[in-house]
Amino acid sequence: MKLSGADILIACLKEQGVDTIFGYPGGCVLDIYDAIYRDGSLKHILTAHEQGAAHAADGYARVAGKTGVCIATSGPGATNLVTGIATAYMDSIPLVAITGNVTVSNLGRDSFQEVDIAGITMPVTKHNYIVKNVADLAETIREAFYIANSGRKGPVLIDIPKNLQTETTEFTPAAPAAYAPKPVQESALKEIAEVISSAKRPLIITGGGAISADASDNILKLADLIQSPVCATLMGLGAFPASDERFLGLVGMHGTYASAKAFQRADVLIVCGMRFSDRVAGDRTKFHENKKIIQFDIDAAEIDKNVKADYSVMADVNETLKTLLPLLHSTEHKDWQKEVAAYKEYEKAHRASPSAKTILEAVRSFTDAETPVATDVGQHQMWTAQYYPFERPRTFVSSGGLGTMGYGMGAAIGACIGRGRKTILATGDGSFHMNLNELCTAVTYNLPLVILLFNNNTLGMVRQWQTLFYGKRYSQTTLNRKTDYVKLAEAFGAKGFILDCPENAEKILSLAFAEEGPVLIDCKIGTDEKVLPMIAPGKSFDSIITKI
Amino acid sequence: MKKYTITALAANKSGVLTRISGLFARRGYNIESICACSTEDEHLSRMTIVLGGDDYLLSQMIRQLDKLIDVKKITVTDENDSVFRELLLIKVNAPAEKRSELIEIKEVYKAKIVDLSPESIILELTGEPNKLDGFINVVKPYGILEMARTGLTALNRGKKCIKDLVDYNDLI
Repeated sequence: MKLSGADILIACLKEQGVDTIFGYPGGCVLDIYDAIYRDGSLKHILTAHEQGAAHAADGYARVAGKTGVCIATSGPGATNLVTGIATAYMDSIPLVAITGNVTVSNLGRDSFQEVDIAGITMPVTKHNYIVKNVADLAETIREAFYIANSGRKGPVLIDIPKNLQTETTEFTPAAPAAYAPKPVQESALKEIAEVISSAKRPLIITGGGAISADASDNILKLADLIQSPVCATLMGLGAFPASDERFLGLVGMHGTYASAKAFQRADVLIVCGMRFSDRVAGDRTKFHENKKIIQFDIDAAEIDKNVKADYSVMADVNETLKTLLPLLHSTEHKDWQKEVAAYKEYEKAHRASPSAKTILEAVRSFTDAETPVATDVGQHQMWTAQYYPFERPRTFVSSGGLGTMGYGMGAAIGACIGRGRKTILATGDGSFHMNLNELCTAVTYNLPLVILLFNNNTLGMVRQWQTLFYGKRYSQTTLNRKTDYVKLAEAFGAKGFILDCPENAEKILSLAFAEEGPVLIDCKIGTDEKVLPMIAPGKSFDSIITKI
Repeated sequence: MKKYTITALAANKSGVLTRISGLFARRGYNIESICACSTEDEHLSRMTIVLGGDDYLLSQMIRQLDKLIDVKKITVTDENDSVFRELLLIKVNAPAEKRSELIEIKEVYKAKIVDLSPESIILELTGEPNKLDGFINVVKPYGILEMARTGLTALNRGKKCIKDLVDYNDLI
């Protein structure tokens, strides 16, 4: 049958199983929006700003485990997506971004609202396209979805000039190309299995790859089999249940004392989908001391990139574990377990207790293991990673690689829609001000969103660095804003609460969680509260700072 | 700093060279030359890239390039089992009294005269880069007006072909 480009796009989205899209209309996507209107079966979430749409599609993808889709018009609409696309790229999140552009005959003439969005997004997409012939459109969209959600996942952008949206061509429906990660041969794991079996002090680290490969169940089996403690990078939180006694918590710059100690003492490190970023391997040269590193990663370029592994397998983490598990026999490491338990005990007795800890622990009594928790970027993000117990994969939604302040509102909206249930957003007064416009979106769609705004009147994380490394010269980090968050929430049509001291958390939270729509809680916390422990940038685990 | 030659087959589409050179720039790779051309398959173009660096940089670069969807095959060119060639066009001052000397040099290097004017001469030479370097040194005293080098291109000896390699994207 003959269809217009816009109708082909809708047909292809549905072919790929897309039912929800996030976007914002404009001149060069009018025909696409007309097709969405005529079709009537796609749920379109209109955000306040294209950046919000990109973050929402990303948040949706993270919790739902399927490709997120966002749409924006040409020019400024397209450039507004860029931060969202870059955020998804750094965290390997499958995303298809669709932009309109001026007609093919107007391309390259500096036409109204024309930008070379394919050129702009080249370094922050896995792949991108400018479609110049309507006959290529369907195939391009199918390929884009395949690329986004296969191998190491990531964002793909398709730029569709306006004339292609109305031109017609023959369209043949097709089933989406299935992606099944390649199985791993036993031979690739024989030696590794021996190294793991003879380990005295093994340690498993889960990274984002463990979540994107859905490897949680097999990581739990591995930990059971070899009785190994487990720690997680920021992106790997939720891959292993926080309530398990073998879980040591976050590893890296703001990782736990127990993780840091266990890391130093481990003789074999089993790295599941982690890329040794500078936030984990602060001192790359010392990372390797006194231990063997086994790295499982789907991306060959990550193997040996930052830290040289002794053994590595380039494959899907879950496939690797599937082959590895039968090669291992059950081992016990009683002394090691005792040692690690002692680190945990010590930490429990000595760790700092910022207000955020009290509040987040109170939040846990209103949520369950599957509640999505999104964050912005800064101190509140680290506190959430440290103190909120993530039990299940795809529940922690946070910008790890790019560290995008302003990510939270959009991401929480996407996560809330992706799971269709109560969702938490932890944010700070700095991050929240960046994209608070999306509060209107949460209200319009009456989303059950509980926003915990950790209000310390400062850009807390930057202030912390200024305190530690810049002689307490607080350059431009004291906010002194006069925003009344309760009134702000009400002006948008949401509910607002003040949580003036952490002791009142239970009371205020019970009121907030009783609401059906979005609520904003202004949680007043101290200006000089710190995220601890901390390992200064470029330093190794032995220089962990546990108090200031 | 060591020198390496990389050969790649990439999709023959606009923007592919930008993707590749953009990757070099943002990852800080040091590229000496890049030579792109058509192949026996109209959908593919062939690139020969000469890179300065060490083994770490080489393996990173190959792996990063291999991830590009448009890069289909990629390999380090085996120095001992490949034919390397580069083409040089060089325009040299050639007044009548110097012309016979230049023709003598040309004979030694087996270069070709491709243009001759009362004041100048254009010579063409194909060979390995160090042969070209040597030739340029010898004609330099006559005054080089301008020159163009194509950059290095290479083929594996024997039946082995780059298109028979496995693509990274088929491995995962």
